[in-house]
Amino acid sequence: MERSIIIAGFGGQGVILAGKILAQAGMDHGLEVTWLPSYGPEMRGGTANCTIVLSDELVGSPIVDEATALIAMNLPSLDKFEHALASGATIVVNRSLIDCLVRRDDVKASYIDMNEIARDIVGNPRTINMVALGAYVKATGALPLQAVKDAMAHSMREAGKGKFVEMNERALDAGYNAA
Amino acid sequence: MSANPKNMVKVFERPASLTDAKFTYCPGCHHGLLTRIIGNVLDELDIADRTVGIAPVGCSVFAYLWYKADSQQVPHGRACAVATGIKRARPELIVFSYQGDGDFASIGTAESIHAANRGENITVIFVNNQIYGMTGGEMAPTTLVDQKTTTTPLGRDPKVAGYPIRFSEMIATLDTPIYVTRQALFDTKHIMDTTKAIKKAFQNQVDGKGYSLVEVLSTCPTNWRMSPVQSNKHVGETVTKVFPLGDLVDRG
Amino acid sequence: MGERLLLRGNEVIAEAAIRAGCQCYFAYPITPQAELLEHMANNMPRLGRTFIQAESELAAISMVYGAAGAGVRTMTSSSSPGISLKQEGISYLAGANLPCVIVNVVRGGPGLGNIAPSQCDYFQATKGGGHGDYRLIVLGPSTVPEAGELTMLAFELADQYRIPVMILADGLLGQMMEPVELPDPIDPASLPAKEWATTGAKGRAPNIILSFEMDPEGLKQINDDLQAKYRTITKNEVRYEQTDTDDADIVIAAYGTIGRICKSVVRMARAEGIKVGLFRPITLWPFPTEPLKALSERVDTILSVEMSAGQMWEDVRLAVAERAKTPFYGETGGIVPTPRSILNEVKKHVR
Repeated sequence: MERSIIIAGFGGQGVILAGKILAQAGMDHGLEVTWLPSYGPEMRGGTANCTIVLSDELVGSPIVDEATALIAMNLPSLDKFEHALASGATIVVNRSLIDCLVRRDDVKASYIDMNEIARDIVGNPRTINMVALGAYVKATGALPLQAVKDAMAHSMREAGKGKFVEMNERALDAGYNAA
Repeated sequence: MSANPKNMVKVFERPASLTDAKFTYCPGCHHGLLTRIIGNVLDELDIADRTVGIAPVGCSVFAYLWYKADSQQVPHGRACAVATGIKRARPELIVFSYQGDGDFASIGTAESIHAANRGENITVIFVNNQIYGMTGGEMAPTTLVDQKTTTTPLGRDPKVAGYPIRFSEMIATLDTPIYVTRQALFDTKHIMDTTKAIKKAFQNQVDGKGYSLVEVLSTCPTNWRMSPVQSNKHVGETVTKVFPLGDLVDRG
Repeated sequence: MGERLLLRGNEVIAEAAIRAGCQCYFAYPITPQAELLEHMANNMPRLGRTFIQAESELAAISMVYGAAGAGVRTMTSSSSPGISLKQEGISYLAGANLPCVIVNVVRGGPGLGNIAPSQCDYFQATKGGGHGDYRLIVLGPSTVPEAGELTMLAFELADQYRIPVMILADGLLGQMMEPVELPDPIDPASLPAKEWATTGAKGRAPNIILSFEMDPEGLKQINDDLQAKYRTITKNEVRYEQTDTDDADIVIAAYGTIGRICKSVVRMARAEGIKVGLFRPITLWPFPTEPLKALSERVDTILSVEMSAGQMWEDVRLAVAERAKTPFYGETGGIVPTPRSILNEVKKHVR
């Protein structure tokens, strides 16, 4: 079983970190993983994306023709990657910034008001990436939510941001419950 | 009547730090004299067995043959970068580079300035004879205005080739160097001064003080088309007007 | 071996170098290998080792020359345009028989090109690169763990043969993260002394590091010695991996990042009943000519796939000669062929 997830959005939405946490969670859960970022000037503004592969066996290609999931944090990301998904794939759509519907009818879409949930329910707009990740976990069942929470906590503590663990746990929960 | 060698007293000999290899330099060129001075300083400070010399590209490319010390022969202009590598790898070694004006002040400009600016604890001997000796007498960055070389056959024209670079003065603008000086070898007094400067430049390194640069105005009778005596006179009367002698930095 | 960590290719190469006992690292910043530089900046001084951000690539490789000549394990890293600048020093290192490790995280070229992953520096790496008749050992990792293993190996081979060793990675491998178990560190003090190094001529004749010999007969001898060394390395150090080649009708030849991507292609093809195998050179020099030649005796087609206009392809054709068909598929400019596009190419050559 191999899952491939593209997380895409504006620079600053935390898509790169969300991807790292998902990959870390997969690894800690005993899976083989790869994490591949877009890199270059777009790291400093503009669009950013990363591709994560979670697999039972050693990952061959870290780039994928047809991903099994997309987390689209903004409209350009949906436009760019909607066609790059396998039939039956899951798209987690940030309805706060995307006011249209998914065009393909062979994929499963989950519409989440990520910005509002982060701002109003969690209380910090910067947690939208964890809201998105929580929603993805619920929509796909790729990993247990707790595995993602543990990886997030590990990542935060390693970066000296342990005080944000609790808030980001709430963001994961909020996204999970919204999906 | 001939003197009996057994009754003679030795008053002058080859420095112990130099090998018996014959110099490849032209008659009247100051490289040989300068090599002797360095040999004497290595003797006086008793450091030859922990010294690594750096032989550049240019007339002194064979410098690795002269010293009873380890040496590295290096790419043109990179001596100060190689010196950095050696000194950082083994700080207990005494590392000196020996570079001509083309090596130090033209193709090696970046390496020369940045090693000085990092304050590498090395000793740099910069031999300025205002010409490219080995390749056949072409213009150097230090060639004087109107000086004829094989690539400035009508004399150096500042409108085409700029003015001679006073590289030591550039180095002296940096905050890091410990000792920057310009010396010459055209008469006995200046040979003594140069000896003192070179000893100080090595002593600074032994004491862990940092970067020292000794620029030495040198001659190239062959490519200058002058006799050795005329060459010395030229340095004393003309070259020193463009490249004034003396200490530029002394933070020792 | 320790715990499994999720690390970037660039970080793993840097950390493996530290664990291999690299005492001096010199480099100039360039994308896409900045994380390598940053890992060294963060860790080398803490360990009492040397990190210098050099003023240029020329200076960085010359610093490597000095440190290698002084007998310590040393490394530089860069990406394509920077590696071009280092060629002067690499030629001198090869000529002076100095061991060191050079990492090229390859990006798109020629010229300034771009920062996307590419394999366009294969010729430069494997055919010499700078002036003179010389070779480097060139290692082509295809995964992040392998990048770490080959970095450790690079230092061993460099010392064993007194030769510069290049790690030929690419931007994708440098940037991606994968689980890694880092190797146990080697204490630099435990490494054997290098009797030839410039460590101070106390109680011995001076050691001289040079690549200079005016006498043609003398320089010929130096070249003969180099060639003899290269023959020994070719005999002893060829490394490659074969996947599903036993019953294959068609074999893909690919190295590095494309080598791993082609593992997915093999799986996809076999799921469709197409008997595809993979031949992945690990040493790009010495190239696994003999094993590939043997393989070409029993398969019809060997398809070279590269992120270049066909550079390794030349070595494949030299090895295979007329024994099998040798088509090529490549992408340039930093475009990474996807598994699907490679599979489509494979299908063109299957009966």
